[in-house]
Amino acid sequence: MLTRLVQSEGIWLFTRSPAAMLAAVVTIVIVTGALFAPWIAPTDPYDLSSFSLIDGLLPPAWEEGADPRFLLGTDDQGRDLLSSILYGARLSLGIAAVAMAVALVLGVSLGLAAGYLGGRFDAVVMRIADVQLALPAILTALLIDGISRGILPAALHDDLRLAVITLAIALSLWVNFARTARASVFVERNKDYVSAAIMMGQHPVRIMLRHILPNIVGPLLVIATVDLASAILLEATLSFLGVGLPADSPSLGTLIRIGMQYLLSGEWWILWIPTVFLVVLVVAINLLGDFLRDLFNPSLR
Amino acid sequence: MLTIEHLSVRFRDRFGATMAVEDVSLDVRPAEIHGLVGESGAGKSTIGAAIMGLLPAAGEITAGRMTLGKTDLRTLSPVAAHRMRGKRISMIFQDPQTSLNPLMTIEDQLIETILAHEHLSLDDARRRAVGLLEEIGIANAATRIKAYPHQFSGGMRQRVVIALALCTNPELIIADEPTTALDVAVQAQVLDLIQKLARTRQVGFILITHDIGVIAQVSDRVTVLRGGRVMEQGATRRILGQPEHPYTQALMAAVPPLDRKLENFHLPKVAGETADAADAAQAREAEDWLLSGIGGGGPALDVQNITVRFGGERKGFFAAREEFVALDAVSLGVRPGSVMGLVGESGSGKSTLAKVIAALVQPAEGEMRLDDVPLAPMRSRRRGDASRRLIQMIFQDPYSSLNSRHRVIDVLTEPLWLFGLEKDQRRRERLAEAMLALVGLPAQSLDRYPHQFSGGQRQRIAVARALLSRPGLLICDEPTSALDVSIQAQVLNLLKDLQTRFGLTTIFISHDLAVVRQMSNDIAVLKDGKLVETGPSEAFFAGPKAAYSRDLLAQTPAIRFDKSGT
Repeated sequence: MLTRLVQSEGIWLFTRSPAAMLAAVVTIVIVTGALFAPWIAPTDPYDLSSFSLIDGLLPPAWEEGADPRFLLGTDDQGRDLLSSILYGARLSLGIAAVAMAVALVLGVSLGLAAGYLGGRFDAVVMRIADVQLALPAILTALLIDGISRGILPAALHDDLRLAVITLAIALSLWVNFARTARASVFVERNKDYVSAAIMMGQHPVRIMLRHILPNIVGPLLVIATVDLASAILLEATLSFLGVGLPADSPSLGTLIRIGMQYLLSGEWWILWIPTVFLVVLVVAINLLGDFLRDLFNPSLR
Repeated sequence: MLTIEHLSVRFRDRFGATMAVEDVSLDVRPAEIHGLVGESGAGKSTIGAAIMGLLPAAGEITAGRMTLGKTDLRTLSPVAAHRMRGKRISMIFQDPQTSLNPLMTIEDQLIETILAHEHLSLDDARRRAVGLLEEIGIANAATRIKAYPHQFSGGMRQRVVIALALCTNPELIIADEPTTALDVAVQAQVLDLIQKLARTRQVGFILITHDIGVIAQVSDRVTVLRGGRVMEQGATRRILGQPEHPYTQALMAAVPPLDRKLENFHLPKVAGETADAADAAQAREAEDWLLSGIGGGGPALDVQNITVRFGGERKGFFAAREEFVALDAVSLGVRPGSVMGLVGESGSGKSTLAKVIAALVQPAEGEMRLDDVPLAPMRSRRRGDASRRLIQMIFQDPYSSLNSRHRVIDVLTEPLWLFGLEKDQRRRERLAEAMLALVGLPAQSLDRYPHQFSGGQRQRIAVARALLSRPGLLICDEPTSALDVSIQAQVLNLLKDLQTRFGLTTIFISHDLAVVRQMSNDIAVLKDGKLVETGPSEAFFAGPKAAYSRDLLAQTPAIRFDKSGT
């Protein structure tokens, strides 16, 4: 059913939207680069033997005094910045995608059930969602980080940092999915095809998953795209604040945090290149989300 | 007064351009009501929009002349066209709910319109507004004018819309389906008003409608449109009485008559629609399968004292909810294998009764029996209850009753799988295909999605789905009211045919008495949730007992022209 959609209206509108096409190209380039970082990147930033302090603080290739081996320059340790960014984007995108997927499954299941069943279940789920919305995402993350630090032994906690940050992001994003799914279910539930299914005595779970869910994927897909961008930003924020990943496995946020020390030192590239990279990635994904929203909402066209 | 010559309108889309209106000529004289009638896609509303200069951006007039009095409408500048709209040409829309601003009083809306076009003092404008409301038949106009739209009933609101259209003394009023959203009683009043205004104020009306009954009731002359072209044009009496064009003849043959029951609508066969031998063999397979399961026809249904209450709104924070009684102790018996027609205005509880039987609404009181076996109401009817298969429903809106994300084959095989009627998937698909042949759709429809079908075809798919449960009781809730009249005739033919072949007990709900007469053996009239009258259908139409039924029958527009010439 997705192919049907893409073949017809979608592609046609897509070819008429330069912003969406540019955004798609940028996203694809960045995601492929991140995905294949180990094969594309010139050096391995995690491998201590692959860089040396002698190459430290070299500017990007187009600046004076640059070394052609390092296209985007190096940091103080002599690490190739391009490689760091690719590996960092890989980590950031991975965390964001997993967190978004967890939020999607959790939020859509709860929203679907709340919208379909209504009554007390709906009230309880939505009040929890309201409370969740009142907590800033960073607070949620700090809370989970703190709790996990409290229950888990220190060694185990460090191993699980990736899982903790993913869970923290997922927990602050599920509300969007739950609310959107619930609102869409309210619309669909009153349509006759659902009445027909209820009349026939179909199992509620089957009605929810097989009948209603395919009809509400449109808005959910939009939320998923936009939330992927939020998840990337959230991860960057958390890493920037030091709640996220340790410095030895840098994500984009960590790179920016490290770069902050060089803000006024003249070695601008260490801060600005990862920052611009992050902004471009997030804007591209958001533009794609906007395009999808227009696609699924004919009245906005 | 208004003259249109050889008008053509083209719409551009991504596939190229389509002609919405081609070479249409018509003229409207003062005090004349000119009907534009045709099925969906005939270009009726496009003509109206072209006259108003309000075609959507994709549309453009490619040829033709339009003159109102001495003004050439096509050469007007945007400013001049804007000034003319509302002043010399007004419009009445279908839905009075949406054509009035809910946040402004009637007075403000009328005065705003008057002052937009004329330099009057506020007091003069107010005096004219009150006078207008009196003229269109609103009692206590001077006080009622302060009310908001929601404080008026649907029919009153449509009167206010008419007053709005009149308040600048226009020469021409375009009424686009002005009564489609109204009940018959209100429709009759609004049509009377339009007729009276045309005569007394010498206003020309263009009445756009799909309903031939409405045309027959008020229009002086009529233009029959199909696919953007004029099929036939002339005096209403002649066109509807002795239609000459084959399309008009087919259209008239498809209109259900109120004054007699037809065995079948005689529809001219359109080339390419005749079923071939393979389809006939398949249809027989489905028929045999159905007969082997249904056996001696449908069950008897007995409904006793069904009462349904819906929780209303709270009047105050601490006040209890005011309950709304949707059905008040309704008792009804449906004989096995017969068709019970349920009629009534909107809000009379017809659909609620259907939903109670189908276990979609919980009754507060009452009992139901299906062939002397108690039928559990919604909350206590188990998922695996035998009645889940026996009772099937065909819904009003074929666009929402089929899941748009499921292929036809999935829609059709689902009941076979769910009720365990056929274990083998391949056999299920074969049966689905055979059932499609039985309802008159080609086998290649199986792999398509519902949105690739027209309304009538979708309703056929819905019928096929209902039949694939091997039902005994079929509930048809306004199955044809969303369809064009010729498609309605086809679907009614199909339903009649299937009902007699398989002896299905049927409850047929409709607001249209003429349609109900064609379908039913017995009839029940509902009003405000109460049963007004019930009895054999033909006796009812010959002489209804209750006063309300008599009114209902009298207000239904009938085409009373002599058809002996055809």
